[in-house]
Amino acid sequence: MNELELQKKANDVRKGIVTAVHSAKAGHPGGSLSVADIMTYLYFEEMNIDPANPKMENRDRVVLSKGHVAPALYSTLANRGYFPVEELETLRKLGTRLQGHPCMQETPGVDMSSGSLGQGVSAACGMALSAKLLGNDYRVYAICGDGEIQEGQIWEAAMFAGHRKLDNLVVIVDNNGLQIDGKIEDVCSPYPIADKFKAFNFNVIEIDGHDFKQIADAFKCARETKGMPTAIVAKTTKGKGVSFMENQASWHGTAPNDEQYAVAMADLERIGK
Amino acid sequence: MADTVKIATRESYGNALVEVGKLNDKIYVLDADLAGATKTGTFKKAFPERHIDCGIAEANMVGIAAGLSTTGIIPFCSSFAMFAAGRAFEQVRNSVGYPHLNVKIGATHAGVTVGEDGATHQCNEDIALMRTIPGMVVIVPSDDIEAKAAVKAAAEYVGPVYMRFGRSAVPVINDNADYKFEIGKGICLKEGKDVTIIATGVCVCEALAAAEALAKDGIDAEVINIHTIKPLDKDLVLASAKKTGKVVTVEEHSVIGGLGSAVADVLAETGVATIKKIGVQDVFGESGTAGQLLHKFKLDAEGITEGVKEFLK
Repeated sequence: MNELELQKKANDVRKGIVTAVHSAKAGHPGGSLSVADIMTYLYFEEMNIDPANPKMENRDRVVLSKGHVAPALYSTLANRGYFPVEELETLRKLGTRLQGHPCMQETPGVDMSSGSLGQGVSAACGMALSAKLLGNDYRVYAICGDGEIQEGQIWEAAMFAGHRKLDNLVVIVDNNGLQIDGKIEDVCSPYPIADKFKAFNFNVIEIDGHDFKQIADAFKCARETKGMPTAIVAKTTKGKGVSFMENQASWHGTAPNDEQYAVAMADLERIGK
Repeated sequence: MADTVKIATRESYGNALVEVGKLNDKIYVLDADLAGATKTGTFKKAFPERHIDCGIAEANMVGIAAGLSTTGIIPFCSSFAMFAAGRAFEQVRNSVGYPHLNVKIGATHAGVTVGEDGATHQCNEDIALMRTIPGMVVIVPSDDIEAKAAVKAAAEYVGPVYMRFGRSAVPVINDNADYKFEIGKGICLKEGKDVTIIATGVCVCEALAAAEALAKDGIDAEVINIHTIKPLDKDLVLASAKKTGKVVTVEEHSVIGGLGSAVADVLAETGVATIKKIGVQDVFGESGTAGQLLHKFKLDAEGITEGVKEFLK
């Protein structure tokens, strides 16, 4: 896909996110919208996957460590053909396959259950290590929030990944700058993020997480880097694409009402064209 | 029991891992800098390429095990009970239990028989923590033979299993030809009619000795070995409880949430017997030898005998 097509696809993913959260009357739109471009690129361009065969043995894998942005994962998977887009409206409802946080036993295409922050990079390390041990060549992508990296387990996993030279592992930090209680640097600053990963023997790439050219180059660089894992620190905008949600911590975990939903969907028609 | 062979179940764990490792090349062992103490060093020596030392980071180790298991590897995660079940509880719950992954947790140095290290390392809470996780199998072997059988059964079972091993040597009590280990099936070691003693782990041999002492005072005790706390062998517990009407549970674990609580749940639902729970009575442990501590906490044969007599008064 060219850049414009990717932008349009990413906005389809965003519409799915907003629709799902609006329908559920709960969920996390802010961080879902900020990571939507990266997830779109991963599932539509980068990864070796087959929506018709979600358990394909040598598939590339994603661990959504910031599992509260499940709507972003579900919408990406639905738009990629793992299950019908209409199913997004069942998000968080009783009996749904689309649980509030990702459940690998329920949803086709979900490679790891997640949601309790800080645990995903460890699981991703296990998958990446397995590929090394068993001689497989799939790649593993762990997606973290910038607030999430306040969790110590992230750094236990980073130490392990660097030590084991897991060059088939990419840790993506969705650096939208906001967490529930406010700006990450006001709550408990994780900065400088890039230097921290460098200190753990990572290849570190800093990008604009909404620029598909930069996203593509970063994943290419990660693929070509041998002997060390890669961290992509992506500067993003929380609530990206929805005018009234952008850069508002209050939209971390709030659903839009009917009126707001209409505005959001209209916003997402315009952007990318 | 001077001439009885004594082996710590952590030794059995290490030895059994080598045996199951020979049969299945998907078995890997993970450690958090304690391979010497957990006895997984034995496996490391036999299969260095299948041993993964994660360093002193138990939460991460459990997460790595979860990730490995999604790819068909069968990881045995090893650490002290305090860290495997305590430190990493939430990782075990959310990264292993919730997705029902095929991860085995080998927790050594459980209970007060850790001894001299004292309260910080004497985990009397792990059974309680692990049995609250839906789908988790919880096994507490009583001796070398049972521990090895448990490891083999865990390797063959598909799903999460928590195994609890001890630091101190315990007598081998299951060395008989018809011994059979089956997950979820308790074993009646001695039939009796006056009281049922249900024990687990290192306390099983103490319970047997207590039954002998009680017999001298004319008390005919039934002794049941519950090696699988979850799923609990309710049929065996209820059948014996109905027969004797009096149940005493014995465990090297807090009386809150362990074997005693599991048995009490069953009895409370049916009302067929009264129960006394012998165990660590809501206190922390302390330094001392394993034997001194078993005595202090009334978990040795003498303490159990005394406890049963009081209960039957």
